[in-house]
Amino acid sequence: MSEQPIIKVQDLYKTYRAGDVDVHALQGANLEVEKGEFVSVVGASGSGKSTLFNVLGALTSPTSGVVSIAGNNLESLSGPQRAALRKKTVGFVFQKYNLLPTLTAEDNIRIVQYIGGRGRTFSPAFLAILDILGIVDRMKHKPRALSGGQQQRVAIARALVNEPSILLADEPTGNLDSQNTTAVLELLRRLNRDLGQTILMITHDQDAAAYGGRTIRMRDGQIVD
Amino acid sequence: MFPMQAPFAPVSGLSSPRCNVPVDSMQSPTHPEALINKLVLSNLAHRPVRTVLSVLAIAVEVTMILTLVGVSYGTLDGTARRARGVGADIMIRPPGSSIIGLSTAPISDSLVRVVAQLPHVALATGTAIQPLSGFDSITGLDLDAFSRMSGGFNYLQGGPFKTDQDMLVDEYYAKEKKLRVGDKVELINHEWNVAGIFESGKLARICVRLPVLQELMGNSHRLSQIYVKADSEANVQQVLQELRAKLPGYPIYTMEEFTSLLSINSVGMLRSFIGVVIGVAVTVGFIVVFMAMYTAVLERTREIGILKAVGASSGFILNLLVRETLLLSLIGAVVGILLTYVTQWLMQYTVPASLNQETVYSWWPIAGAIAVGGALLGVIVPAIRAVKQDATEALSYE
Repeated sequence: MSEQPIIKVQDLYKTYRAGDVDVHALQGANLEVEKGEFVSVVGASGSGKSTLFNVLGALTSPTSGVVSIAGNNLESLSGPQRAALRKKTVGFVFQKYNLLPTLTAEDNIRIVQYIGGRGRTFSPAFLAILDILGIVDRMKHKPRALSGGQQQRVAIARALVNEPSILLADEPTGNLDSQNTTAVLELLRRLNRDLGQTILMITHDQDAAAYGGRTIRMRDGQIVD
Repeated sequence: MFPMQAPFAPVSGLSSPRCNVPVDSMQSPTHPEALINKLVLSNLAHRPVRTVLSVLAIAVEVTMILTLVGVSYGTLDGTARRARGVGADIMIRPPGSSIIGLSTAPISDSLVRVVAQLPHVALATGTAIQPLSGFDSITGLDLDAFSRMSGGFNYLQGGPFKTDQDMLVDEYYAKEKKLRVGDKVELINHEWNVAGIFESGKLARICVRLPVLQELMGNSHRLSQIYVKADSEANVQQVLQELRAKLPGYPIYTMEEFTSLLSINSVGMLRSFIGVVIGVAVTVGFIVVFMAMYTAVLERTREIGILKAVGASSGFILNLLVRETLLLSLIGAVVGILLTYVTQWLMQYTVPASLNQETVYSWWPIAGAIAVGGALLGVIVPAIRAVKQDATEALSYE
């Protein structure tokens, strides 16, 4: 008997209001992601990629449709349950890194570990990830003292500290130069290949998408192939 | 859970070389409370000007309360101390007068003779009081009778009256007005000669001969109050009963009663005034913290979005904001208490005779609690805004 998909989206619609206009960001999207997959989602600007990211991360509610994340049906979850899903099941990597500027890299990670209720020390598995990411010697620095590539690696570490089932990355290389882009994408591929981390990466860059094991395309709020 | 597969090869293409710091160095545990406090402190340190201004505003609120209370206590205690210094056992005040009201002179001085003839009365003497501007007043007295009752003034410079133009002042009034013996002073349209400067703590700060003052007040043979000394302490109550029976309508107190009545709680107007000042202080604290935390929440919209995105609960975000507010208000309270020593020093050196500010330790926690309470009221709306903030909108906030 095959395992249930870790991400399952059926007939997903999302309409939001921008000023006086209704924006139909998602219009019947369907998607299944198996555990351990590295899926790239590509599409032009306005195709609904970021809205899909926000819905899958329980950051926003769909207008209609079914979204199941690691067996949790999002529409049945309360606000606190959605927060619990975000801290335990889903890890986020954003284009703009989104580190807390007043904390050191280490404390950015530790605060998320604390929010996730994962104890006071890093697990051996996570220490291994830090080693892969190559940021141990930058952990006492605040974000402003780190390069874009280093900040993004700290953000990846932060996303993984609570050992989430799914890593969602929204344009993770959008603010990086080519050298760091390659490095971060290589890291994501390693995390998927060596650790079995399920990753769903939003990108508009075809070359970046090629690092995933599977690429799906979005257009006009739908997944087209 | 992550399956462990080791060892991992270095990742090629990184912009910095793989670190040489042992991964084990990351194993030291961090106490969650310390981590949250670090976030709170770093947030406050991130905007030092706003933090300092907020602390100062709360400090001024606390200083305002403590200074007012300190001056109230100082003024009342000073009055009580000077009243005790008279050496009388009983005080007779004019009908309808308040405890601290500066009366003019409605009592006939013939009453002194009547009182003096009562059984067990050793001595009776009256004074007239003419209020001046501010907190000052000038007191007319029979110096011989007063000296017999109190033991007399302890002169620091000069000595008793020699002429009707002579005036005696206490050390604080002399210091405030920079007076020395022989100086001329213009008061109630009359030029006085400073004949003596006496040690503070008896009767009044400015004294002149009783008949001269009565004449200048247009109140000849009239007194503001009468002091009575019994022939022995054991007979004070008997004299009191006798006086109350003979002089119905006159407020008559033992000096113990009178000085114990000189408290904030027994002076209704003062209590109301302090209440108003506390109300203003709480409002100031509320507005300052509201503004500070509202702008802090606005500025940190994105950070709050990040915390929400990683699963922080509303309680966690509230906890952060409340801790920031508590820290601001507690530091503000401590600074405010320290500032009261500055106001005390300023008063002591600029208006030592007019205002005397005491340090009222029992009001420190009260003023602190008022500051914290006002600040917590001020954080409610910003905190609600932060908690209700949409995470996706917050993350896209620039």
